[in-house]
Amino acid sequence: MDWQEIVSRALARDIRAVSRLISIVEDRRSGFENAYAAIYPHTGRAHVIGITGPPGSGKSTLVDKMAAEYRGRGKTVGIVAVDPTSPFTGGALLGDRLRMQRHSLDDGVFIRSMGTRGHLGGVSRATSGVVDVLDAAGYDYVLIETVGVGQSEVEIASLADTVALVQVPGLGDDIQVIKAGVMEIGDVFVVNKKDRPGVERVVAEIRMALDLAGNASGRVRAYSGHHGPTAASAAGAVATTEVTPWRPPILQTMAESGEGVAEVCDMCDVHMCRLTEDGTLVERRLRRAKSETMQIASDLIWRGLADDPRTLEAAEGLARKVAQREMDPYVAGRSLRELIVN
Amino acid sequence: MDEGRKIRVLVAKPGLDGHDRGAKVVARALRDAGMEVIYTGLRQTPEQIVAAAIQEDVDVVAMSILSGAHNYLFPRVMQLLRERGVDDVLVVGGGIIPDEDIPGLKECGIAEVFTPGASTADTVKFIRENIKR
Repeated sequence: MDWQEIVSRALARDIRAVSRLISIVEDRRSGFENAYAAIYPHTGRAHVIGITGPPGSGKSTLVDKMAAEYRGRGKTVGIVAVDPTSPFTGGALLGDRLRMQRHSLDDGVFIRSMGTRGHLGGVSRATSGVVDVLDAAGYDYVLIETVGVGQSEVEIASLADTVALVQVPGLGDDIQVIKAGVMEIGDVFVVNKKDRPGVERVVAEIRMALDLAGNASGRVRAYSGHHGPTAASAAGAVATTEVTPWRPPILQTMAESGEGVAEVCDMCDVHMCRLTEDGTLVERRLRRAKSETMQIASDLIWRGLADDPRTLEAAEGLARKVAQREMDPYVAGRSLRELIVN
Repeated sequence: MDEGRKIRVLVAKPGLDGHDRGAKVVARALRDAGMEVIYTGLRQTPEQIVAAAIQEDVDVVAMSILSGAHNYLFPRVMQLLRERGVDDVLVVGGGIIPDEDIPGLKECGIAEVFTPGASTADTVKFIRENIKR
């Protein structure tokens, strides 16, 4: 199959073609930019949901159960599951699929595992392109499971329309939740393993952090609590609270048994309705397009530099001066820049 | 300009035996050799393995069987791959496989069979030298 054929089959959701197209995008194989250009006009239709949280918090299990829930509602689901690549060997053990294998015979669910391949930030450099392939192939939802994150892997916020942040009881004190970073990107908070001791405390701490964040409003409190409204009634609620900013709901789940998962799906849908209604969706997607464009430009510039012998030679000369303390790195950096620009 | 090409391997345990230590050792060794290993876990049907291999676009399927059902499960995986038109994936097997069964498995398309005592370095080398794309 050449890339044209792969693209046209992938757009018709031929599984093998979708899969091969993902490899082309992920590896930037030859024909990649042409293929990408051909699918891009077909993207922007899927609801992209990021699932992030610490290692072992139950992200894979939650994604598995959310996929089942959305399938039950007649929707199709693409899943991108990211696990870390070893910085030492370049290898990776991708184990998220382990918890999702029951979907493997369902043509309405497509699961793809990815290594981070040296990229920090919780996803890989190619994740956004892979999401675009699944979007173009017509999956209604694309769920991105990030690597297990710590405190500052927030890149998912620029990829997803809705970010579900998974927390579990017993990880730290209330200062953890008011630190900057991942806690700021949740659109929906999921407190998983709710049968564990300390669950009320985690919920209270998240609520407090949201209050401090200043986007709190008593009127939207109706969104929180583990008996979330159904999609229909909640959509109604949105209409009456148009003026208030989105207050991330805090839902309690037991992903293992599936308890609370339907409410998570409902809330992601409600969040999407809200984004569409108040215009934030346009804003978010613009932000994504901007960061993507800047990133690609910077990659291209950087690669151009790294491949240019004259630049490399100059960089080496300057580096020697910096190492011998004859020049400071800012002055050296500026001289190198002058040389490149001229 | 295939910049980021990595060897992708699906490691799977078909059938009903519950012992995946060997599979995990192999998965780890392939990871340390710089490959991307997708681990699907225990008790997979041939249908699930083939579906996962296709979605993950792997170069290699590595299966481990200790239950004695290899003469059914390995050929079944090969048959399903052929039915789906997949002919560019290297398939290797391992586990407790009697010597006399190996020629038959190779005949049905299993490229190599690694039995107890085989070194993981040999498995890595075999994969590197025999991938089909």
